[in-house]
Amino acid sequence: MRQDADALLANLPPDERVLLRPLLVTSRGFRVTAALLGAVTLWGLFAYYLQVRHGLGRTGLNRPEYWGIYIICFVFFIGISHAGTLISAILRVSKAEWRRSITRSAELITVLVIGFGAIQPIIDLGRPDRVLNVMLHAQLLSPLLWDVMSIGLYFMACTIYLYVPMLPDLALIRDLGIKAPRLYGFLAAGYQDTPPQRARLEKVIGVLSIVVIPIAVSVHTVIGWIFAMTLRPMWHSTIFGPYFVMGAIYSGIAAILVAMVILRKAYGLQEYFKDIHFDYLGRLLLVFSLLWFYFTFAEYLTAFYGGEPAEMRAFWAKISGPFAVPFWTMVAGCFVIPLALMSRRATRTTKGTFVAGIAVMIGMWLERYNIVVPTSVNPRWEIESIGHYLPSWVEFSIMAATFSGFILLYMLATKFIPIVSIWEIKEGREESVKLVADRVATYLPNEPAVAAEESS
Amino acid sequence: MTRWGMVIDLDLCTGCAACEVACKSENNIATVSPGQAEMGRAISWMKVQTELEGEFPETSAVFYPRPCMHCDNPPCIKVCPVGATFIGDEGIVGQIYPRCIGCRYCANACPYIAKYFNWYGPERSESERRHLNPDVSVRQAGVIEKCTFCHHRLQKAKELARAEGRPMREADYQPACVDSCPTAAITFGDLDDPNHRVAELKEDPRATRLMEDLGTRPKVYYLAPRE
Repeated sequence: MRQDADALLANLPPDERVLLRPLLVTSRGFRVTAALLGAVTLWGLFAYYLQVRHGLGRTGLNRPEYWGIYIICFVFFIGISHAGTLISAILRVSKAEWRRSITRSAELITVLVIGFGAIQPIIDLGRPDRVLNVMLHAQLLSPLLWDVMSIGLYFMACTIYLYVPMLPDLALIRDLGIKAPRLYGFLAAGYQDTPPQRARLEKVIGVLSIVVIPIAVSVHTVIGWIFAMTLRPMWHSTIFGPYFVMGAIYSGIAAILVAMVILRKAYGLQEYFKDIHFDYLGRLLLVFSLLWFYFTFAEYLTAFYGGEPAEMRAFWAKISGPFAVPFWTMVAGCFVIPLALMSRRATRTTKGTFVAGIAVMIGMWLERYNIVVPTSVNPRWEIESIGHYLPSWVEFSIMAATFSGFILLYMLATKFIPIVSIWEIKEGREESVKLVADRVATYLPNEPAVAAEESS
Repeated sequence: MTRWGMVIDLDLCTGCAACEVACKSENNIATVSPGQAEMGRAISWMKVQTELEGEFPETSAVFYPRPCMHCDNPPCIKVCPVGATFIGDEGIVGQIYPRCIGCRYCANACPYIAKYFNWYGPERSESERRHLNPDVSVRQAGVIEKCTFCHHRLQKAKELARAEGRPMREADYQPACVDSCPTAAITFGDLDDPNHRVAELKEDPRATRLMEDLGTRPKVYYLAPRE
């Protein structure tokens, strides 16, 4: 089996040999990891079964702490989903050539994570059996419904945006006949990579990468609005839309970095995820750590300076009260650590970006915790303040299962999809070098001799 | 136009919580175990809140019986994704239990924390089940509920008045909490009908509403204590 695969791979050109290898060869480490993640996911499913059977009472939620872990994870996962599509779309639109090897892995994160994010509010429902009421009895004034629409649209757009640029690779696998011929025959949808087909493909990708940008922006804006549209202290803020979009992109970049470090090591992709990629994405992470600080500072200073009593209760609960630990850990994870690591070239390495990426992800999860919980337990009516929320093991299990389920599906997907776009790498080698040289030439003024000749 | 509303005289309220108990039995409100109540999961459509003032031993308490405010501009109905909470023609904010998906967005939007969630399904003994009020639906697990101003009593009062061929009188429709108050601290009626006492009481210089500055326009008024 293993020998067959090696023999098959040996006949392929170098790019295909490396990038198709994961589709044919599965290591022991992969199986063990997958089994562990599968076990955690099953455990979480069991916890969810208990919750459905007995009611949301199995959580640690109460009154007025109506929203907890599930809503935090909802915001977090949908935030991560801005990784792929937005980053890859922006890089495509801006013709950043270094994108070629990273877009696929990023887009795959997006599609999978939207699914795991979108189920969170359903897990949070008291009556998941009635979820279709959001369509049957849609009440368009509700920000939750805006969310259903924009996430639905985003999911469709991202799935198409993942699938269309994958067609040439799927056709390649079909033509090589190295794996599941009928599956890839179906998936490749008759794509033959003729010049007119290729031209049409590039055109569609061009349109899609522009279309998904406003959709992506709308998604996290609306999620911010879910909170901002209420009259609650430290939720009712006009900057929540852009603040959430910025945070989403930030955590998305962190997720891409972490995924790339792991993929690079697991599949030996050093030639594709090069130091320069980590350097560039690290710079992007640095920019967003500063943006994060700017938004957060603006948000908290405005609340503090106004000094409205209800706002101040939530404010002090975070700064020095019961939520001081999650708050200052968030500041460390979202600002201090990434700033320290990413501002120096020496630490903008795979290892440095990995640490910073993990720190940012923890920090961004805590940011959503610090938005949801301190306000929930400190409502405007002081008499009803309770000051604490202790999630139950059911909530933690479901959260763990969401993480493990996502990682598991992502791992499995790398067994069916080349995680680096083969045709785009080839295109880069064959055409882009010249195209970029020509493009740069057009940026420059005409040479003096030619200019003088023209003017005379 | 009819706008049902309530005026609560805080000088008369003794904090006895008879209104809470009457409400629970009238509206088939599920009881929860002490452990659940400790977690903040007790349901009390009408809840007597206590605000302590001063330092011991010089303390005094003010009691705020808090039903749903039945706001004229309710923040809860805008946010409901399925239209399960609504405001009726006569200003009563209602809840459609069979439609509610249990997202608890309305509960988060309500600044008075007047909405309650059924974390578990109701557990009732056989004897309790025999004494349920047949006029009020029993809520299942996973839905939001709240004070309805004993809306079922309004329906009955309207039917009675129609059967007797006369207009409805103020005394025909009174919620259970009003009926049960031993000091008559709670007055109920049509805020827009000059013949109803609430119409006059709401103009009292002591009259105030909770968080009026939020623009929710509650239909529950409080007469502030005189000192």
